[in-house]
Amino acid sequence: MQVPAQVEYEKAASVEHALALLARYQPGARILAGGHSLIPMMKLRLAQPEVLIDVNGIRGLRYIERAGGELRIGALARHADLLAAPLAGEHFTILHDAERVIADPIVRNWGTIGGSLCQADPSEDLSAAFAALKGSMIIHGPDGRREVSARAFHTGPYETVVGPAEMLTEIRLPIRPGSGSAYLKVARRAGDWPIGAAGAAVWLARGLITDVGIGLTAVGAAGFVAAEAEEFLRGRTADEQTLARAGEIAAEHCRPASDQRGPAEYKRHLVRELTARVLRIAVRRAAEQAS
Amino acid sequence: MKITVTVNGTDYTRVVEPRLLLIHFLRDELRLTGSHWGCDTSNCGACVVWLDETPVKSCTVLAVMADGRQIATVEGLARGGALDPVQEGFTACHGLQCGFCTPGMLMTARWLLDHNPDPTADEIREAISGQVCRCTGYENIVRSVQWAAKHDGGAEGEGDHHGPRLRIAPAQGRPAVHQGAGHLHR
Repeated sequence: MQVPAQVEYEKAASVEHALALLARYQPGARILAGGHSLIPMMKLRLAQPEVLIDVNGIRGLRYIERAGGELRIGALARHADLLAAPLAGEHFTILHDAERVIADPIVRNWGTIGGSLCQADPSEDLSAAFAALKGSMIIHGPDGRREVSARAFHTGPYETVVGPAEMLTEIRLPIRPGSGSAYLKVARRAGDWPIGAAGAAVWLARGLITDVGIGLTAVGAAGFVAAEAEEFLRGRTADEQTLARAGEIAAEHCRPASDQRGPAEYKRHLVRELTARVLRIAVRRAAEQAS
Repeated sequence: MKITVTVNGTDYTRVVEPRLLLIHFLRDELRLTGSHWGCDTSNCGACVVWLDETPVKSCTVLAVMADGRQIATVEGLARGGALDPVQEGFTACHGLQCGFCTPGMLMTARWLLDHNPDPTADEIREAISGQVCRCTGYENIVRSVQWAAKHDGGAEGEGDHHGPRLRIAPAQGRPAVHQGAGHLHR
């Protein structure tokens, strides 16, 4: 029987209230959103917070909307919300690609976007997707709010830049014309964590790649990004040979670990193949959008 | 901590430890043992209940998180002694053998049909993809949900308990969205 250890519990009524509770109880407090990562960690004693601050009752943090040339996702939006949001699919197909393979439909009903990001599992899917889209995170703290690039959000496995008295409140994704995006994941079975996964967003102008983002997860890519492959692609023609070469570069520069999900060499193979495939799909989608 | 949770339309107030999981609250505190406690790791789905009209895995939700909210369990499916079409479907199509996964399967099936009255076999399989059955190979579960889809829509409102439960086509019956929650929570 797995049960969490004893813990205190507080309900936050607003972001300000949550921040006040965090300030009062830090460093032993943890924010509880969907709890689908935190509660299992607590059962296993991998996490032992003294106080849980439940943010599920905060109104106005569960939204997906377009504002200021960006798609804005409230931290309390559930995975199922993102998958069901036409606005997300319309601008960033990668998000729907990824959400379809994150956990299972029941878990997606309650797990939150913000919670997944703050859990910062090195195999998490949206971290790679948001890195590919070059999004940013809005973090509220005692000194006000700050904005951090999605690529600088993670500081290591299970670690982010969100301080003990801070709270992630929103994800922002810039909407730019001429783009296409895609996500592919290989897992052992339905609903499982990836053995390896890749996401790509490309911006095209007259057949040239003007900008590109490649996100990788579960394969030891720094900041969930294939930076060298992006560098290689920028300014080049989006032809088959170029995209295949980008896959090779991504595979060379990631650092997968051999584990029960597979040997490092197999994961490198996945990175090479999946990177090339998502780039092909993203380029095709960008072209379709332009036509 | 003192919490009040509405389960199948009835308010229950209890003092619980914050660490108590919702599945144990339902089974041990309220003695509603229809929902099953399975893998404990949000993989098997035997513990699926509705939390505010959304199916969740109750082994991964704290009871205190349900304070002030609505819960629907398998005990709330039958209406006035008449089984819900999903329950009848599982009976008619042999959708269970040992029955351990069944309460979770039923709650997900009811939710699916409330939102998608005529799902394809693939859509049914996707909907239950987070739930494990070790007996049936899923084939009969899919058939059971399809049976329920065909026979859904009878006994719609409060009024039709005057006559026999009519089985009519889904298109004429149960409206697509959130209809199920009404009867579960009434």
